[in-house]
Amino acid sequence: MIEFTFWDILRNLLLAARWTVLLSLAAFVGGALVGLVVLFFRIAKNKWSRRIASGYIALFQGTPLLMQLFLMFFGLPMLGLRIEPWTAAVLGLTFFASAYLAEIWRSGVAALPQGQWDAGASLGLHYLQELRLIILPQAFSITRAPTVGFLVQLIKSTALTSIIGFEELVRTSNAINNATFEPFKVYGLVALIFFVMCFPLTQYARTLEQRAAAH
Amino acid sequence: MGYSLDFGWLAGAVGAIARGAATTMLLIVVTTFVGTLLSILGAAGRRNGPPLLKRAIGVYVEVMRNTPFLVQLFFIFFGLPSLGVRLDPILAAMLAMTLNMAAYTIEIVGAGLDAVPRGQTEAALALGLRPRQVFVKIVLPQALKVIYPALTSQVVIMMLESAVVSQIAVRELTYEADMLQARTFRAFETYFVVTMVYLGLSMGLRRLLVSGGRRVLGAGVS
Repeated sequence: MIEFTFWDILRNLLLAARWTVLLSLAAFVGGALVGLVVLFFRIAKNKWSRRIASGYIALFQGTPLLMQLFLMFFGLPMLGLRIEPWTAAVLGLTFFASAYLAEIWRSGVAALPQGQWDAGASLGLHYLQELRLIILPQAFSITRAPTVGFLVQLIKSTALTSIIGFEELVRTSNAINNATFEPFKVYGLVALIFFVMCFPLTQYARTLEQRAAAH
Repeated sequence: MGYSLDFGWLAGAVGAIARGAATTMLLIVVTTFVGTLLSILGAAGRRNGPPLLKRAIGVYVEVMRNTPFLVQLFFIFFGLPSLGVRLDPILAAMLAMTLNMAAYTIEIVGAGLDAVPRGQTEAALALGLRPRQVFVKIVLPQALKVIYPALTSQVVIMMLESAVVSQIAVRELTYEADMLQARTFRAFETYFVVTMVYLGLSMGLRRLLVSGGRRVLGAGVS
């Protein structure tokens, strides 16, 4: 039997945590890009485009992330794509994040007074210029706190990718726990590592919220 | 690629899916009631309790909100037996879900308590009500009315998150889906159907909570 010291466990967990960080970043960036497209559909003038985007958002917010990941993992091979846990995890979390981010930013766009659009139009800007120069910068700036808050949720959600076989923090901890039979220590350390990643962001979101409330 | 979808297995699977959905609903009903009760106590303790209790509740909320539910579940299910507490999977799931949800709803209930004007408490005290009566009869009903929509969302989120308790072999909806796909070899179709069942459950649950809240708490709930 292999003996694991405390430092062996910690070192292995920290090495695995790199993948959790990388996956969170990839999903956040991907989710922001796709979410921007969904946002365009969601605030478009065309009624059907708005409906499709609402349906997309409702679908991802009304079903468990675990199911979304399973559908990615088992569905994409049917389209002829060779899929690995990493691809399924990134794609699944990207679509998941896009729905939430689009909805957060939409609330920012909705919060802007109509006068902002009118002012843009009276300056002779066309729709895309209005969005790029006037609407979106303000919408992003007033939704910064919930966006950071969602990043925390996304980091925690990466734990689910262990179930479809992606080697991140939780999957590694399961393997270590099976070898050491010290669930308290192993899962306690995993919780601590997640806490260290998430807590500063939570605090940052809170600061942003208070700053916004002070205005 | 000649993959064709096959839903022929579905007729024989309706029973299993319904059983799983019933267990999922049981989990969320228990969690909602116990979790809300806990969070009322927690939020009240955080405002009026002794300093040590206030700190403890604050730490509890931060720890639960900044760690994944899956890790909390494993910690409870695999960790507690080493302290000599052996829990049934379904009990461990209920415990983990309740503790997780309480951390979020303590914040929500607390925001509701803060939203009730101070004058309400003062007026009730002036009428000779005891502090506990003031809290239960005057402040709490008004607070619950304000936070009800946020509470509803949290219940739905928790219901969706409960999918991961399949990992400790609780026989709920996702667990039944895992079993079905192992038997039918139709993984995509199985998870697709079960995802749609979850969508129906979450929409139905939201509607039920909204109409129930309107009846119990009065108007003002959308």
